[in-house]
Amino acid sequence: MIHAEPPPQTTLQALTAPPQYRPRTRRWSDVAEFLGAALASGALVWLVFERLLPYDVHVVGFGLCWYALFLLTYSLVVRDGHGRVVAADRIMAVLVGTGALAAFAPIVAVIGYVAYRGAKVVRPTFFTENLEVTGPLSAATEGGAVHSIIGTLEQLAIATVISVPLGVLTAVYLSEVRGRLTRPTRLVTDAMTALPSIVAGLFIYSLLILQFGWGFSGFAGSLALAVLMLPTVTIAAEQVLRVVPGGLREASLALGAPHWRTVLSVVLPTARAGLSTAVILGMARVVGETAPMLLTAFGTTTTNGNPLNGIQDDLPLFVYTQIRSSQNTQVQRAWAGALVLLALVLALFVLARLLGGSRPGGRRRASRRPAHARPKDRQPTKRADRS
Amino acid sequence: MNNADPTRTKPLASPPDGPVRSRGGTLTASQVSAWFGASKVLEGVDLEMGAGRVTALIGPSGCGKSTFLRILNRMHELVPSASLAGSVLLDGQDIYGTSLRVTQVRRRIGMVFQKPNPFPAMSIADNVAAGLKLTGTRAANRTELIEESLSRAGLWNEVKGRLRDPAGGLSGGQQQRLCIARSLTVRPDVLLMDEPCSALDPTSTRRIEETIGELREQVTIVIVTHNMQQAQRVSQRCAFFLAAENEPGRVVESGPTSTIFDSPRDARTSDYVHGRFG
Ligand SMILES: Nc1ncnc2c1ncn2[C@@H]1O[C@H](COP(=O)(O)OP(=O)(O)OP(=O)(O)O)[C@@H](O)[C@H]1O
Ligand SMILES: [Mg+2]
Repeated sequence: MIHAEPPPQTTLQALTAPPQYRPRTRRWSDVAEFLGAALASGALVWLVFERLLPYDVHVVGFGLCWYALFLLTYSLVVRDGHGRVVAADRIMAVLVGTGALAAFAPIVAVIGYVAYRGAKVVRPTFFTENLEVTGPLSAATEGGAVHSIIGTLEQLAIATVISVPLGVLTAVYLSEVRGRLTRPTRLVTDAMTALPSIVAGLFIYSLLILQFGWGFSGFAGSLALAVLMLPTVTIAAEQVLRVVPGGLREASLALGAPHWRTVLSVVLPTARAGLSTAVILGMARVVGETAPMLLTAFGTTTTNGNPLNGIQDDLPLFVYTQIRSSQNTQVQRAWAGALVLLALVLALFVLARLLGGSRPGGRRRASRRPAHARPKDRQPTKRADRS
Repeated sequence: MNNADPTRTKPLASPPDGPVRSRGGTLTASQVSAWFGASKVLEGVDLEMGAGRVTALIGPSGCGKSTFLRILNRMHELVPSASLAGSVLLDGQDIYGTSLRVTQVRRRIGMVFQKPNPFPAMSIADNVAAGLKLTGTRAANRTELIEESLSRAGLWNEVKGRLRDPAGGLSGGQQQRLCIARSLTVRPDVLLMDEPCSALDPTSTRRIEETIGELREQVTIVIVTHNMQQAQRVSQRCAFFLAAENEPGRVVESGPTSTIFDSPRDARTSDYVHGRFG
């Protein structure tokens, strides 16, 4: 709480008040140890590989050897200065940091590469034109993906409208009703998350398109997406409903509310923010699906705004068909489509973070106030209750 | 949905004329026992909680006070493994009988919990009126009812300017009084309180004790407390619960609070109220 003090206002206060500071955990010698170990091990590896060994070593091998030697050097240096416990602590910190980097690097690389390849081709016309009159020999900047964007938005919307009510109802059953079917339902839902997306497409294809003779359509695609989305929405929504404090349910029941009222007026509103996150997670899960769409919406180069009738394109199909071309221009256009798709997914995730940022049901205004300004947080019991 | 009992809904629909008339019900528990699964936690409790009185339940931790309290408004059965025996009468009517629905019972016998639990997704005003919405009661004078309940809970002056604010922004003591106001809006005959002050500071505690004193005229109050001074301050009658090791809890002694504290019949009661064990 040292830094919670307001800065000294008057000279008198400045004279009497103790100097303000934040306790520091890292010292310069720590940094020096780290850098020294890195330099020393790097120099040793360089000496061995570049000067002593008769053959060339790949840069990856160089890096790995450097890393291994660095760990060894660093642990020896720290152990010498601070003892074994500190050495183990530092080595673990390095390993954990490496892990975090390893998780972060591919994401940055993918996004960066797609943005680099796609941005070269994306023009405003990309959002207004389709590929109807664009031949294989047209320039990469000609034509556009408006037909795919329309298709993606429509299919996603229909899939959401179908699967969200079903998913939330299932989640309510799993977390609030708890009947005899709870266990089988949870089992099936968990198993359904592992359903290969092509199987969902095959199911719709064989049942609706072949059996009932519906023909390819965006709606058939939406149904396949809804099948894939349902378990994701259900599981995410159930998690959210579970963290609604049991005390709220009891309070509602103790007022004389029937069970269904309690769920509708207390549990669901309290979990509102988390439920929107669940919905958006489900949407992000299916927006990039290609395989089931090949069997249901089929894909096209013309604009078809009617999802109920006729073949329809969407962004994954756009990318898929363009990238398979032997023409470099079409491949470039695929990257543009991938960029738009990526932007859509990122937008969905940002939306999810924003909606999920406030704690379940907490009004934005209340939860954004700093903790020390909230009198109720003085009691630790209440904080535990709300987390 | 509570049309069966017109006197219950009528005062809600008409504007409050003058002070609320004296009401409150008498709760009579006879031979109440309770189990969680196979373990018996309460045995043969006989207790009458009279109208217009505050009854305090005291006793060491784990002796079944909360369990008994939750039996009084049928919250006990929410625990899947729970079962019970004996009967509880509200003004002569068996609350576990077929003539009363469980929602009716809980509406007439309100409950305030140890931890304040206002509904976080609702504003202060909506919290107070939540009981109306949740029981499907239409009230023409909702605003007046909200003011009346908040005043009865001693919170009106502190929140009258911020009724639209989220309830989570109140202090712990204010939240607890909000919960009391919330249970008063549906006009219960009995109010059960399970350690309502255990998470609060002395000022809020005193405020809630005052509230209890004012409410006594209008509702029957049963309060669980670990604070002997509080039991003496707020209650007229007192019941001492005790569970011997590996045995279910029983009522050792019950009677007027002054008797329990000044001249108890049982030595264990005397030891407990004077802080010699428990
Ligand atoms: N949900 C439950 N499942 C199983 N046993 C329970 C449950 N709730 C309470 N018990 C047991 O019942 C007994 C009585 O519990 P109860 O909560 O009524 O005690 P209490 O007198 O209210 O104690 P405290 O003063 O600590 O609140 C205890 O032994 C407890 O372990
Ligand atoms: Mg208790």
